[in-house]
Amino acid sequence: MKPILRNILVYGAFIGVVAAYGLLQKSTYYLQLATFVGLNTLLAVGLNMLMGYAGQISLGHAAFYGLGAYVSGMLTVHLGWSPWLTLPCALLAAGAVAFVVGLPTLRLTGYYLAMGTLGFGMIVNILFREFRRFTGGPSGLPGLPELTIGSINLSHGANALFLVWGCVIAAFFICERIVNSRMGRALRAIHYSERAAAAVGVDTASAKLAVFVFAAVLAALAGFLYAHMITFISPGSFNFLASVKLVAMVVIGGMASIWGSLLGASLLTLLPDFLHIFSARNSGLDRTSWCRLPPPEDRMRSIAWAVRTGTVLFSTIILGLSAQASICRAVFSQC
Amino acid sequence: MPEFYQYLFSGLTNGAIYAIIALGFSMLFAATDLINFAHGEFVMLGALILVTLWPVMGLPLPLAFVLAVLATGILGIVFERLAIRTVKKPEPIVLVIITVGAGIFLRGVAMIIWGKTAKGAPPFSSMPPIELAGAYLLAQSVWILGIVLATVLAMHFFYKKTLTGKAMSACAINKRAASLLGIATQRMTLLAFAVSAALGGMAGVIIAPITMNEYEMGAILGLKGFCAAMLGGLGNSWGAVVGGFALGIAEAMAVGYVSSSMKDAVAFLLLLLILYVRPTGILGGKAVTRF
Repeated sequence: MKPILRNILVYGAFIGVVAAYGLLQKSTYYLQLATFVGLNTLLAVGLNMLMGYAGQISLGHAAFYGLGAYVSGMLTVHLGWSPWLTLPCALLAAGAVAFVVGLPTLRLTGYYLAMGTLGFGMIVNILFREFRRFTGGPSGLPGLPELTIGSINLSHGANALFLVWGCVIAAFFICERIVNSRMGRALRAIHYSERAAAAVGVDTASAKLAVFVFAAVLAALAGFLYAHMITFISPGSFNFLASVKLVAMVVIGGMASIWGSLLGASLLTLLPDFLHIFSARNSGLDRTSWCRLPPPEDRMRSIAWAVRTGTVLFSTIILGLSAQASICRAVFSQC
Repeated sequence: MPEFYQYLFSGLTNGAIYAIIALGFSMLFAATDLINFAHGEFVMLGALILVTLWPVMGLPLPLAFVLAVLATGILGIVFERLAIRTVKKPEPIVLVIITVGAGIFLRGVAMIIWGKTAKGAPPFSSMPPIELAGAYLLAQSVWILGIVLATVLAMHFFYKKTLTGKAMSACAINKRAASLLGIATQRMTLLAFAVSAALGGMAGVIIAPITMNEYEMGAILGLKGFCAAMLGGLGNSWGAVVGGFALGIAEAMAVGYVSSSMKDAVAFLLLLLILYVRPTGILGGKAVTRF
């Protein structure tokens, strides 16, 4: 099969699945869940480029996620800008920070690099928490405007789903182009052995920095979308634990695998939400579950329902997605 | 001027805590080339076990102290067996993720066992604060400093004068050579984990009276202990001590003279600084590429 035909089929199928889900799914809960899977996929694919292909550990990636959200949030809330105007600002800010921080940090290797990115992530999180006047402090920044084009609201339901997954598909396409280019081969060479790559003439420092900035920009895009869909951001969503979760998504989904980021993001977004059903004291809204499930009066009945629903939904989605990923891998052997 | 001494005392107290946590990290890294991101949880477990044994169950303090430290040591052994020994491809990134995951798991277990409310413990001795140069030094701070110094000296003695300690140093220098000389390297790894976890537990025990002990307390302590270990030179025991005190005093001065919101940021700023300027740390030797 010619590569172009392959790509058209794969992407066509992907777009078809997303479109069908968005048009057929009526429950806003599941639509929002799917939107979150998309956001996490966006984050995971950028981090996968950095960790999987270039081989650089980053334990502070949530900082860029937060930067995108907070830059856009602060500009819209404090200065009243339109959200679309703040998008380039958020992306530029994250890219600039990644450039400045990446210059000294990417010279480190192994554990030192992990610690450096960890330190950076913690500092950014502390900045979010402490600059109360600008960021609203630990209680967060409420009142962000939603995304609208004319009269179409892009922050709710199926529209949000299409927006986010549209970005994901675009990101996948870009990443696949990068991976199959000179740059991608250079990155893989760096991952395998930085010295050997340098000996062959690869500019390792610029390549690493470029991927770092790219991953940061993708994360900032995800942060922007997140901020204007939930219309509330707080430092707690962008802490060390969030960075760890992103790394886990990349590792579980498969390093150096673009479609693997989809698998990892799906698993780690859907699992916690399904496991919430099992929590006996399920009350109130918290960060990971925006849906208030009724308290289980009849414990056995609700457990049975949870197991049934959870298993069906979980297996359908995960099998469907992993089937897509593994089919892609097996048949096309280039995902 | 008395504020300076107050900050200094608080810095020394915190510094001692960071020193002993960093010591646990450093010695484990020296023996096994592994950074244990779950070390902070051992501190937390030490504190919570002490709180359960001493004020709640009413055991005498020395017994509770020893039991808590032993319990965390044993937990370290279990951790090594289950989480570390079973890894097939021990690359840095894999081990980092495993220890982070183990830390989160331990935190969850602690939350289930001890709940979410913070618990306190009474100070070891009921002496009033000592006044020194216009500033007050808590009796517990004296205990902390004393115990940490005693521990550091004991570790030094262990490494330099006992056969097991020398064997562990040999494993740290070159594992293959050590095993060629007949040293049971796997057993040394196990011992290193046990001692490191016990050190963490001891840190938890001695700070239990001065902090609110709950399941989340280990996370930030572990990260700061990291920064202290990096500051002084990873793998270097005296470096850990120097780094710990340096971090504690820097933090106290920053909080006192600049702003209290900077407290957590100081550790990470210093970490980034030392990584950019001198990755091997204050007392570190030539650039070590152990990865």
